Amino acid sequence: MKLNTLLTSAAVALGLATGALAAEDKTKVGFVYVGPVGDGGWTYEHDQGRKAVVAEFGDKVETVYVENVAEGPDAERVMTQMALEGADLIFTTSFGYMDPTINVAKKFPNVKFEHATGYKRADNVSTYSARFYEGRAVQGHIAGQMTESNIIGYIGSYPIPEVIRGINSAYLHAKEVNPDVEFKIVWAFTWFDPAKEADAAKVLIEQGADVILQHTDSTAPQAAAQAAGDVITFGQASDMAEYGPKPRVSSIIDDWAPYYIARTQAVMDGTWSTSDTWNGIGAGMVKIGEISDAVPAEIKASALALKASLADGSYHAFTGPIKKQDGSDWLAAGETADDGTLAGMNFYVEGLDGDIPQ
Amino acid sequence: MDLSAINPVLLIASLMVAATPILIAAIGELVVEKSGVLNLGVEGMMIVGAIAGFATAVETGSPLLGFFAAAFAGAALSVLFGFLTQVAQANQVASGLALTLFGLGLSALMGQSYVGVKPPQMSDIHIPVLSDLPVIGPILFGHDIILYFGLALTAAVWALLKFSRAGLVLRAVGENHDAAHALGYKVVRIRLMAILFGGACAGIGGAYISLIRVPQWTEGMTAGVGWIALALVVFASWKPWRALLGAYLFGGVTVVQLNLQAAGVAIPVEYLAMSPYVITIVVLVILSADKSSAPAALGRNFHASR
Repeated sequence: MKLNTLLTSAAVALGLATGALAAEDKTKVGFVYVGPVGDGGWTYEHDQGRKAVVAEFGDKVETVYVENVAEGPDAERVMTQMALEGADLIFTTSFGYMDPTINVAKKFPNVKFEHATGYKRADNVSTYSARFYEGRAVQGHIAGQMTESNIIGYIGSYPIPEVIRGINSAYLHAKEVNPDVEFKIVWAFTWFDPAKEADAAKVLIEQGADVILQHTDSTAPQAAAQAAGDVITFGQASDMAEYGPKPRVSSIIDDWAPYYIARTQAVMDGTWSTSDTWNGIGAGMVKIGEISDAVPAEIKASALALKASLADGSYHAFTGPIKKQDGSDWLAAGETADDGTLAGMNFYVEGLDGDIPQ
Repeated sequence: MDLSAINPVLLIASLMVAATPILIAAIGELVVEKSGVLNLGVEGMMIVGAIAGFATAVETGSPLLGFFAAAFAGAALSVLFGFLTQVAQANQVASGLALTLFGLGLSALMGQSYVGVKPPQMSDIHIPVLSDLPVIGPILFGHDIILYFGLALTAAVWALLKFSRAGLVLRAVGENHDAAHALGYKVVRIRLMAILFGGACAGIGGAYISLIRVPQWTEGMTAGVGWIALALVVFASWKPWRALLGAYLFGGVTVVQLNLQAAGVAIPVEYLAMSPYVITIVVLVILSADKSSAPAALGRNFHASR
């Protein structure tokens, strides 16, 4: 797998090398992807953003991407290669690219880097992410009311703050509407491995879950839920509408296109500067996919009301009183979580079982 | 912790499903390596089999036809490898890696219009009385036909290699191709047939993932299973039954660890996540403490004039 990824990226990098000679005055934008563009989820949406950049700027921009780049040293090599080929702006689109991005950025001060979902910045490294947890709140709200077994299965990828935030947010809002709800969490330790993701979904279903939430990138859990029958799921990162109206009853859609276009424009204008962007439903970076007819009308209405209150800022997904898993106080009544705590979230809220892998 | 949530019957049934693609691909590669050829293209042939089988099953509505198409597609891709290494005398390692890259790209191209399509379901066999037995029924008699095919294939390959003349010739070619050639055996032809067989098996293994285990098409969906099958052949010391054991261990521990996680067992998840690899390797390394070793001519090219 490693070797295969390595060779794939080497071959692609070679392909980049040959095509790079012609375009001097074009702005060159590189994208590093953790999965294949056809994963139907996370990487697919980033690639939609890339295509939007091409559509927006046409001949003035040239984009390159490398798929299936393993998180770790291999990523550093791919980024270095892109920078050497004359990329002006490089988007690194997975959490595990954080340190590689910082390392490579030091070597290429004139190249702008944008790292998704991380928290380390530099003069030429910005970070951007979406407040997926707002979408998770809506999911939890629907899931808590839809479940009949009161067991919700959750497929986690890696125990990083982004994923833990999602679990906490979904749990809090499921618990709010259904005090008896229980979360079963399985860590797949991969972003993309359809067979393993499907296995994880099957295991959760066999252990009684009738709602599956996923934080991995492929549509495999949707297929597994569909095969199992009376189970509902939510699209992750992309709409996954092909699995609607059931099992997929709604989804979180990441819309990166406006951000990618704006940042590319900034590089063209010379106005690019380091920033930390974290937008949610309100700014349109997180969208809630069509809630299907499998959801009763009153649940759908209250879910949409929750979405609207998250969008206009009148409600924060983490509003106290909330206790941590160990029973200690986190947020007092009415208090809302600050971004710093959310960005580094490494604890479960009260009521969740199990430990977070360290 | 709530171990009662784990249903052992469902657990065993699903670990058999998880093991089957690895098993079929590994048995195919085992035959190839027994003939002295190292084909690192298993992953590529699997993924091409996965999409060819998926597309055929969707178009014809018959999963079984899909598996035939997958076997054909895997074999067709292996012809390329066979031509490069057996006729054009290219390096086997490089050709095999190229085959994987080619297969991944080709499958992504072939699969573009099949993303999100639901394949026809392969029905599980149902034997009256036997399938209805409690416990034993769902474990032994309630699977799809391909799973049994994998077990039968293991037995057949074992018997063929051990007892038949054809198996003896195949092993001779793999141990010392010059001697086999001197005895009048067609080394290149025998190896080509082994390569074709390996390709067909890899294709079926891939289609098992896209048609039964997941069931859907996603780019790159084999996600390294081919490499695990390759490693398994080595750790199983080129013995079919050990490959079976290894595949079931690997598939089994993968499913068991997910079950333990879901049940909230207090073992750190990192250990659970690495356990399939560690346990499979440890068990097979202990088993291979005897004198079994690789086919002597493994990876060496043969040309009659040398």
